[in-house]
Amino acid sequence: MKMKKRLLDGARLARTIRRLAIEIVERNKGTENLVITGIRSRGVPIAERIVKHIQEAEGVEVPLGILDITLYRDDLTTVAPQPLVKPSHFPCAIENKTVILIDDVLYTGRTVRAALDALIDYGRPRAIQLAALIDRGHRELPIHADFTGQVIPTDRSEVIKVKLQETDGEDEVLLMEK
Amino acid sequence: MRSQATALRSKDLLGIEQLTPEEISLILDTAEGFREVSERPIKKVPTLRGQLVINLFMEASTRTRVSFEIAEKRLSADTLNFSASGSSVEKGETLIDTAENLMAMQPDMIVIRHKHPGSPKMLADLLPASIINAGDGAHEHPTQALLDAFTIRERLGRLSGVNVSIIGDIAHSRVVRSNIHLLTKMKANVTLASPPTLMPAEIEKMGVRVVHSLDEALEGADVVMMLRIQLERQSKMTFPSLREYFNTFGLTPERLRRANGGAIVMHPGPMNRGVEISSDVADGPCSVILDQVTNGVAVRMAVLYLLAGGHLQES
Repeated sequence: MKMKKRLLDGARLARTIRRLAIEIVERNKGTENLVITGIRSRGVPIAERIVKHIQEAEGVEVPLGILDITLYRDDLTTVAPQPLVKPSHFPCAIENKTVILIDDVLYTGRTVRAALDALIDYGRPRAIQLAALIDRGHRELPIHADFTGQVIPTDRSEVIKVKLQETDGEDEVLLMEK
Repeated sequence: MRSQATALRSKDLLGIEQLTPEEISLILDTAEGFREVSERPIKKVPTLRGQLVINLFMEASTRTRVSFEIAEKRLSADTLNFSASGSSVEKGETLIDTAENLMAMQPDMIVIRHKHPGSPKMLADLLPASIINAGDGAHEHPTQALLDAFTIRERLGRLSGVNVSIIGDIAHSRVVRSNIHLLTKMKANVTLASPPTLMPAEIEKMGVRVVHSLDEALEGADVVMMLRIQLERQSKMTFPSLREYFNTFGLTPERLRRANGGAIVMHPGPMNRGVEISSDVADGPCSVILDQVTNGVAVRMAVLYLLAGGHLQES
């Protein structure tokens, strides 16, 4: 894969995540009953940062959940190699909470479909909202984000690579050609 | 991530002997992800929805069969249990005919236990379904060794360099053979102890140390794995009496003091209390016997999951 364009540098990426955090609190009229939930793998560090920004702005530590959707994928028997299964974790019951799902790139919507199924096996939230750092289009399911960092129109032959300090050693978003 | 392998090479799990250390680590790492599923309020994920798994148990089993069945159900597979008694096998059908008839019903996986070593391999060569060996004679019992390794890693944090002493009926045990393959591949130190009549000749060639007293085996052990005296497999008496066996090789709290501090006691079950292990040890603070059972479900879920997916081409 070769790089075509740098979509976001570290500073813009940081601002985008901070804005998502503020929008989430604003739209929900506060932090009460919120559970910020990162979808593995890169949704998790983004969710951690959102929790940190909310803490800074509101002085409240919102619970952070981690959701692994591997077991709910619809393409398991066709993909090789198998993705590694890691545990999901919630610090509290999600019953009657407002769960904000955090993902790095919203594309076909299949990851979010799997995440909704996975989430409901943990309980019945009052509402589920979706925040995506990048929305690149090409949805295959009727799913849309409630909070979007950046909308970036792409071609199917392109790949969006989100790099984060926590997982990749640096912050940037790249547009790659397959 | 500890493991480097990302998939198993084979469509089947016939034994530990064929696995690489990377594949063993992959199964154990994957099992860690599955343990959480059994702790949820809804203990079920849709991963194997629509897949048919046949449990073909041609020899008595409670723990292994139940554990496989729970693992299959938690992954949403359809399961079918087939045992020798009350089936066409009693009417004289051969294993191949039984398997081909079952295959005609298009199962995705077959879990097999059989008294003859090599039966899972025969089915694996013959059938397109994934075959999982749940114990074949005195040959291998791979998922037991994997759940033992998972339990050791969970308690002691590693396998490499751990001193594992396996004590009891070595000659008739498939568990011990799978465990020797696994533990030596993962660079643990294995010591075996049993009466000479229950120790196979030349087993040292598998890379293990052989001693003939319990105390010698316990000295410096981090893991004490007791094996069941398989009364049903003893063709001739290999020791004078059960009481004498207990006095010589039975594990008691006093004797366990020779092991290292923090040592764990394991048993693949079913236990003969008062024969190879005293109740004080089996129910004592060092015992991880029930953890082994809990971990068995997670390990079997991992195996089913990894075999159900796409396979890498063998090079």
